[in-house]
Amino acid sequence: MMKLFHLAAAICLAGAAASATAADPNLGRNLAATCANCHGTNGKAIPGAGMDALAGMEKEKLLQKLKDFKSGAKPATIMHQISKGYTDEQLDLIAAYYAAQK
Amino acid sequence: MIINRRDFLKASASAAAVAGLYGCASGSKASGHVVVVGGGYGGATAAKYLRMWSQGNVQVTLVERNAEFISCPISNLVIGGTKSMADITISYENLKHKWGVRVIQDEVTGIDAHARKVKLEKGGELSYDRLVLSPGIDFMWDQVPALKSAEAQAKILHAWKAGPQTVALRKQLEDMKNGGVYAITIPKAPYRCPPGPYERACLVANYFKTEKPKSKVLILDANEDVQSKKGLFMKAWADLYKDIIEYRPNSELKDVDVAGKAAVLEFEQVKADVLNVIPPHRAGNIAASTGLKLINNRWVDVNWLSMESTNTPGVHVLGDAIFPAPTMPKSGHMANQHGKLAAAAILNLLAGQAPNPTPVVMNTCYSFVDGKNAIHVASVHQYDAATQTVQPVKGAGGVSAARNELEGKAALGWAQNIWADMLA
Ligand code: HEC
Repeated sequence: MMKLFHLAAAICLAGAAASATAADPNLGRNLAATCANCHGTNGKAIPGAGMDALAGMEKEKLLQKLKDFKSGAKPATIMHQISKGYTDEQLDLIAAYYAAQK
Repeated sequence: MIINRRDFLKASASAAAVAGLYGCASGSKASGHVVVVGGGYGGATAAKYLRMWSQGNVQVTLVERNAEFISCPISNLVIGGTKSMADITISYENLKHKWGVRVIQDEVTGIDAHARKVKLEKGGELSYDRLVLSPGIDFMWDQVPALKSAEAQAKILHAWKAGPQTVALRKQLEDMKNGGVYAITIPKAPYRCPPGPYERACLVANYFKTEKPKSKVLILDANEDVQSKKGLFMKAWADLYKDIIEYRPNSELKDVDVAGKAAVLEFEQVKADVLNVIPPHRAGNIAASTGLKLINNRWVDVNWLSMESTNTPGVHVLGDAIFPAPTMPKSGHMANQHGKLAAAAILNLLAGQAPNPTPVVMNTCYSFVDGKNAIHVASVHQYDAATQTVQPVKGAGGVSAARNELEGKAALGWAQNIWADMLA
């Protein structure tokens, strides 16, 4: 039992070390939720309220739009300023999350 | 000792079982009971997201004193006469029936953070595994002594919490004679909704311009300058309300002459026909009375990975009540983001895991400058391990290029979507 206990502790430590350095398994979900105030919970915007829905948008298409907002190629009232606040890796996770929403 | 693969697997299976007993529960699901106090932008969002993200595995009880949610954002349009109370009022039905949140209309009178219990005014107690406090603000009436009584507060309005005060201020403006003066006093920052008072001045001026053109709007600001979207507001005042709005910085309110409807400043008294006083405020009283660590004796100090109080384990605090991170405004949008950050962290903690080490929150405040045109300020804040807070991303965010109708529509679209994000 003592050995088992040590092994248990070792597994715990390994798990803890991994979670201290590895990204949160729900990082994409959490990041995407920061957009939901305008684009709706899980990207399902209220129809007719004038905000674009993001749910189910193809990942590459979504990413391209965000890149174009960042570069200024796509004209915007606000998205050029918001998109610059996220790293490319974060936008990738966000786009993957919204693409997976039905 | 040499162990073969099969033995190791067998041993780790038992070890994992032991580990489970000892609280290393990697991969396990969150369960438990979360009590949320306050059903505004922060609390309602936290309640919904806790239910949604746990797939109903975490029980959530929301304690809210009002029967319905009434939004502060957009309430200046009610005061300006272009929207009605019905437009900013939303029921808690969807939180109850669609999301399975137990909603209790009551007031929390005490919290025992040690025993993890909440006391209710109408009687009874609630036990919790984690507590979310989203109590908003309470006013520091001792800073405006003449307004301590309920009668005085019914005459000189703040309308800085949407509800009966919003209706009453609208009524005062409707009853005011053409040629009257509306004066609004702004407390020293930080206060709830930095652009809100300037937006209100615009929308009252917009009403006067068409309905009572000889009237004036006077802004008495305790701060030395406009606190948000300065260039855009100053331009709107100059372009649209040149002979209506007067802005006076460094005009801190010391007291009020209730009968004379006068703002008492350090060296003068300013008389008005409608006097609208936004008193200095602090975290909602329940936060202070619970013994949570406050900064400047006003705002709750939180850990930015979880929104948990820095001195009271198990209590997470959201919204206007907290001591903000650098450049972070007290806004409904930000409270909604706090609610999601806290929900994610609480679900990790209830599953025995550490909170997300890299949280991000973002803010947008739209303000109307007339019935149709709006302006915005936006910012994105990323967690910084070195300073242990969320820091504004340099080069991101900013304000509108100019006031425009497209953003007037976006502001209303924002409202519809954020209300649904909290309550639908
Ligand atoms: C404050 C409201 C607001 C927030 C928050 C917001 N957006 Fe937007 N979004 C807009 C508006 C408004 C537009 C239209 C373009 C413009 O004027 O900026 C837009 C457009 C977009 C588009 C283009 C849609 C299309 O079909 O062309 C994408 C993609 C997008 N946003 C993604 C995001 C993502 C991802 C986030 C979170 C990181 C986000 N938005 C956060 C307001 C917002």
